[in-house]
Amino acid sequence: MIKRRAIAALLIASMCAGTLAGCGNSGQSGTTGEGKVINIYSWNDEFRQRVEAVYPEVEKTSEDGTVTTLKDGTEIHWIINPNQDGVYQQKLDEALLNQADAAADDKIDIFLSETDYVNKYTDADADVAMPLADLGIDPATDLKDQYEFTKATASDMNGVQRGSTWQCCPGLLVYRRDIAMDVFGTDDPEAIGEKVKDWDTMKATAEELKAKGYYTFASYADTFRLYGNSIGDSWVKQGETVINVDQKIMDWISDSKEWLDAGYLDKTVKGQWNDDWNKSMGSASKVFAFLFPAWGIDFTLKPNWDGDAGAWAVTNPPQEYNWGGSYVHACTGTDNPEHVKDIILAVTASEDNLLKISRDYSDFTNTTVGMQKAAGDDTFSSEFLGGQNPFVYFAPVAENIKIAPLSAYDQGCVELIQNAFSDYFQGLVEYDKAKTNFETAIKERYPDITEIRWPD
Amino acid sequence: MKKKQKSISYAKWGYIFILPFFLCYFIFSLIPLADTIRYSFFEYYRSGIKEIGPTFIGMENYGSLLESDMLKYGANTLILWVIGFIPQILIALLLAVWFTDIRLKIRGKQFFKVVIYLPNLIMASAFAMLFFTIFSTNGPINSILMSLGVIHEKIDFMGSTFGTRSLIGFMNFLMWFGNTTIMLMAAIMGISVDVFEAAEIDGCSGLRRFFSIILPLIRPILAYTLITAIIGGLQMFDVPQILTNGQGTPDRTSMTLIMFLNSHLKSKNYGMAGALSVYLFIVSGALCFVVYKMTNGTDEDGSKAAAKRRAKEEKRRRK
Repeated sequence: MIKRRAIAALLIASMCAGTLAGCGNSGQSGTTGEGKVINIYSWNDEFRQRVEAVYPEVEKTSEDGTVTTLKDGTEIHWIINPNQDGVYQQKLDEALLNQADAAADDKIDIFLSETDYVNKYTDADADVAMPLADLGIDPATDLKDQYEFTKATASDMNGVQRGSTWQCCPGLLVYRRDIAMDVFGTDDPEAIGEKVKDWDTMKATAEELKAKGYYTFASYADTFRLYGNSIGDSWVKQGETVINVDQKIMDWISDSKEWLDAGYLDKTVKGQWNDDWNKSMGSASKVFAFLFPAWGIDFTLKPNWDGDAGAWAVTNPPQEYNWGGSYVHACTGTDNPEHVKDIILAVTASEDNLLKISRDYSDFTNTTVGMQKAAGDDTFSSEFLGGQNPFVYFAPVAENIKIAPLSAYDQGCVELIQNAFSDYFQGLVEYDKAKTNFETAIKERYPDITEIRWPD
Repeated sequence: MKKKQKSISYAKWGYIFILPFFLCYFIFSLIPLADTIRYSFFEYYRSGIKEIGPTFIGMENYGSLLESDMLKYGANTLILWVIGFIPQILIALLLAVWFTDIRLKIRGKQFFKVVIYLPNLIMASAFAMLFFTIFSTNGPINSILMSLGVIHEKIDFMGSTFGTRSLIGFMNFLMWFGNTTIMLMAAIMGISVDVFEAAEIDGCSGLRRFFSIILPLIRPILAYTLITAIIGGLQMFDVPQILTNGQGTPDRTSMTLIMFLNSHLKSKNYGMAGALSVYLFIVSGALCFVVYKMTNGTDEDGSKAAAKRRAKEEKRRRK
């Protein structure tokens, strides 16, 4: 009896051990000091495609896209979690908290972040993203061709660069050629650019569009990045727990209300990334223009457009702005510093590689010299834009971008201020109520916020 | 040597077999529950990737919750629940009575039972997503109404408090009326056929039959349905969360208590979320107590109450 019980207990124990062992990783570290597994955290397969395209050491990627094998046998494991609703950050944060205790081959080696929350990870105190200098990359020489503002964005408060990007996201105004022909009698980007060159001219243009029954932009959220990314001071100053709402944000609120009430925006489109917004990019829509960087044209506008290619064109925006951008960070504690350095250099610092990405994926890449070349090279023209070369317009915007000072609270502030004032724009709540709603929501999201300061 | 005959007890096997459940319950439910309560007295959240706390702060979380709009969200939850529950119970009662009435001879009863239960099988979030799309300003409902000439300007369903709340109520109604119908049918079928026969012989009308026979006799189940629905309603989350994108728009009028809880968890604010959970726990606990009293202290035919009355009268007479 006892014997049988002992056997049963043994069986159960071995079963448990078996399942638990599955969680661990049996890989052994190589003799070179480099681990055999490179773990990369990201929210989609964009970075994988870029690495496959330009990193010469890539041998092959498994069919399900989770493992890429390099020529020396090292495996890249892609850990993908969706960005929506903060899932990616949650998973990443969990893994980062366990980084110190993780087995060598389970440690995160590279992770990605977006401009909206890059500041959270480049924080010097948190020290989760390695300074590039510690990897052996000297930003002043190795990355000298990158746009200055992308380097500033990826730096901590002491100016130490802790990330690098292949992407640069200057935004343009993308407009429908047929509507331009109808209203202005021309669809020439030069002429249209003149009509949208600043906010005052833009308003007169909006009136013209309205007279013919068109909307200038789809929603009030479309213009947010132009104001929100040019704020003078960060939402929360280093070491403070007070949110400072910038005057630029207040301008966005009053202008949006004015534009919406004047009928320059489509009242039925509430914010971005929803069905109504997507539909407003279709051929049946009356919306004249959108404000998009390169990725927006390729990933958002193109799939939503149901007409023929060549119906859209780009021109200069009323104000230079930057929207988005993915940063690549080496994770503190990585056991593959050499590979990580190679990958970062290959994907973000080589002009040839970046031009290849620009050509293949119509991405605006992080090379000042390369982008100048692209602007003068007609092989970079886009069929979707009717044969127009968008780099002619992207390049000057990129050079004039002044990135807004960042804080770790940006994502919540940007998201919640738009939500709170959405009700106000639609006339559902009073101005002061919208302010209170923002204060409530932001304190819920960030419990350490003690006060919200509005400009006078 | 004489050995005493031991009686064989199988009781211990019973305990061994239910042990896995209790172990699971202890590890996955009881310990987290205790932890939730413990953390509710702490300041414990994450700022960026830095952990703040846990620092003991006593009842502060409870206090600041009372100062916040928690009660308003409680009221929202209640309103949303009532909007969904009233049509749900009425339609369910009506259907249950029809389906169990042998005189009506409804064909394909089984088929209808499946059909009315079907909405419950769809995931609430998928259901909300569907409603969000078809009721959006440029969605199919508006297009149909426009082309029929019923309306001339698009209705912004989710732009008004009334519209959003009605949609949420309607969805909850659609999802749950089938479930309630089937529960009430079981209750009605539990009533002895003799009673119905006797009533029929006495020439009882359908209305009379419903109010004087069915309703009083299914009261315990009805009460049970009510209470479970309230507890379910307290936890209303997925439908309004998806429909309003987690914002409880407009003006936070469709923000429910659990959505409020969820917005605290975005910053991993275990302290505040714990305190809110404890409030919810107390309310649900009180409701459960009511159910327990109702289902265990049954006095269906009123005999106990009558006995009490008699005893009282007896006492008075003796004086």
